[in-house]
Amino acid sequence: MGLVLMAVVLWGVGWWINMRLANGPRSETRLVQLAVPTIFGATLLAVWELLVHGLEVPLVILPAPSEIAVRFSSSLPILWADFTQTILKGALGGYVMGCLAGVLTAVLVDRSDFLRRGLLPVGNFAAALPIVGTAPILVMWYGFDWQSKAAVVVVMIFFPMLVNTVAGLRETDAMQRDLMQTYAASYWQSFFKLRLPVALPFIFNGLKISTTLALIGAIVAEFFGSPTVGMGFRISTSVGQLALDMVWAEIVVAAFAGSAFYGLVAALERALTFWHPSQRSRL
Amino acid sequence: MKTVMSFLAVLAVIVGFWYAACVPMNVKGLLDAAERAGEQVTPATARERRDAGAFGLVVGNTFVVSRSWSVDRPRLPAPHQVAIELWETTVQKKITSKRSLIYHGKVTLSATLLGFGIGTGLGILLAVGIVHSRVMDMSVMPWAIVSQTIPIIALAPMIIVVLYSIGVQGLLPKAIIAAYLSFFPVVVGMVKGLRSPDHMKLDLLITYNANTAQGFWKLRLPSSMPYLFASLKIGIAASLVGAIVGELPTGAVAGFGARLLAGSYYGQTVQIWSALFAAAILAAGLVALLGVMERLILNRMGVKA
Repeated sequence: MGLVLMAVVLWGVGWWINMRLANGPRSETRLVQLAVPTIFGATLLAVWELLVHGLEVPLVILPAPSEIAVRFSSSLPILWADFTQTILKGALGGYVMGCLAGVLTAVLVDRSDFLRRGLLPVGNFAAALPIVGTAPILVMWYGFDWQSKAAVVVVMIFFPMLVNTVAGLRETDAMQRDLMQTYAASYWQSFFKLRLPVALPFIFNGLKISTTLALIGAIVAEFFGSPTVGMGFRISTSVGQLALDMVWAEIVVAAFAGSAFYGLVAALERALTFWHPSQRSRL
Repeated sequence: MKTVMSFLAVLAVIVGFWYAACVPMNVKGLLDAAERAGEQVTPATARERRDAGAFGLVVGNTFVVSRSWSVDRPRLPAPHQVAIELWETTVQKKITSKRSLIYHGKVTLSATLLGFGIGTGLGILLAVGIVHSRVMDMSVMPWAIVSQTIPIIALAPMIIVVLYSIGVQGLLPKAIIAAYLSFFPVVVGMVKGLRSPDHMKLDLLITYNANTAQGFWKLRLPSSMPYLFASLKIGIAASLVGAIVGELPTGAVAGFGARLLAGSYYGQTVQIWSALFAAAILAAGLVALLGVMERLILNRMGVKA
């Protein structure tokens, strides 16, 4: 009971500190803007820990953060093997192939008015579909190893990339295109010097959406069949063994991998599209 | 009109490509069957055929081409096989039958809609809190954004099993996963929408001496509607994916996810494809329904689309 009470008190204290920080005079500074979510997250973790011990929640329902951390550090080799199999091979391999395929198709589609008119509705339709459902088919075709996971990822991210890139390539206005024409620029010159740079913010939007989709595709595809390694495999078998601390450890890995992947693409975007208003306003 | 024509042409090309792809995809299985039936095939044994290219096999055994589109358990079923299966399992089966896709669709749809309702409701509430409270904005919003980069669907099997172990089963666990997936898009979109009125409009309300509640109901909520519908469309598609994935670990009882899993266990490819298309039609239908609602409501509110 004492632990539960402590959790409530801790929550109150954390919230009070955040109230003071957020409504205080320094709330616009960078330090405070970083501190507030950090305090919130830390309080949440502490409350979770205290409640699990205080209410004596069994391990098979919800392990405490400390138990997850112990499991995480004691099974680093397994987690690393799963990470390599699912993220580096399946998700990243599929991501590179799918993005390239999407962008190249978009360049082709953009050259023909007919194709754009016909393919875009198909692309928009496909973007809303539960494409994860193709996983059992692709696992059947490409076997249990990472190739089938990469294939699922390719199918999942192809259409978002296509739609975004096509939209981006149409973003130039008539004045800019005319200017290129007065320079006697060829198609590819005006493509590389004008239309591709203008399309970059759109392409990066697609790339950022695809990071999450890639991880989802690679993990879910493993539920339909996989070698005895991989994050999706580990999650489904550990759930079967009621080893929930292992499941949570894998989720921690997935969370870090997802955020790092997204952060990497976002950093690349900042480096390449520094001229765009949405990036400049942050300075 | 021109758009419709181009769309149909592209669709025809895709279907044609699909039919063509059936030939090399199914050739090995067909040749094995033909060999067992005592027909002359080149190369003669399955061992030699295993390493041969699919196109080479098709060229060497042109007689199998005509059979490619009516294989019993094909690697890639032809479009008409999928269409026939869809027709048989929707229209020609009783709705209560375990083999009816409508029955399975209903199971998935109810979980999707329940989850979508819960997720959207909570998402809107949290967005309202975030917009009106600076503390919540600063502490919760960064986490809401970070959580979108995390494959939360990995939690699905665990949620199912944990809820089962405390005695909750059936519709609710799937609905919770569906809710979880539709929750964050709605929060992020709704926060953006509730913040969309510019300073001029907010100042106008201040000159009217409007209080916060009036400002919310008369300005913020109406101007958030276009954003809300945009994220609702993302949310319902995510909910459906969540409900389908939520059906996987329960061991294939009912629903589209169960059909997919059972099909992949027993090599019933036609069943997988028909479940997939049924799910796709359902998703497109739900998104289209939201689109119609969006148009009606926004028109009535006088928002220019």
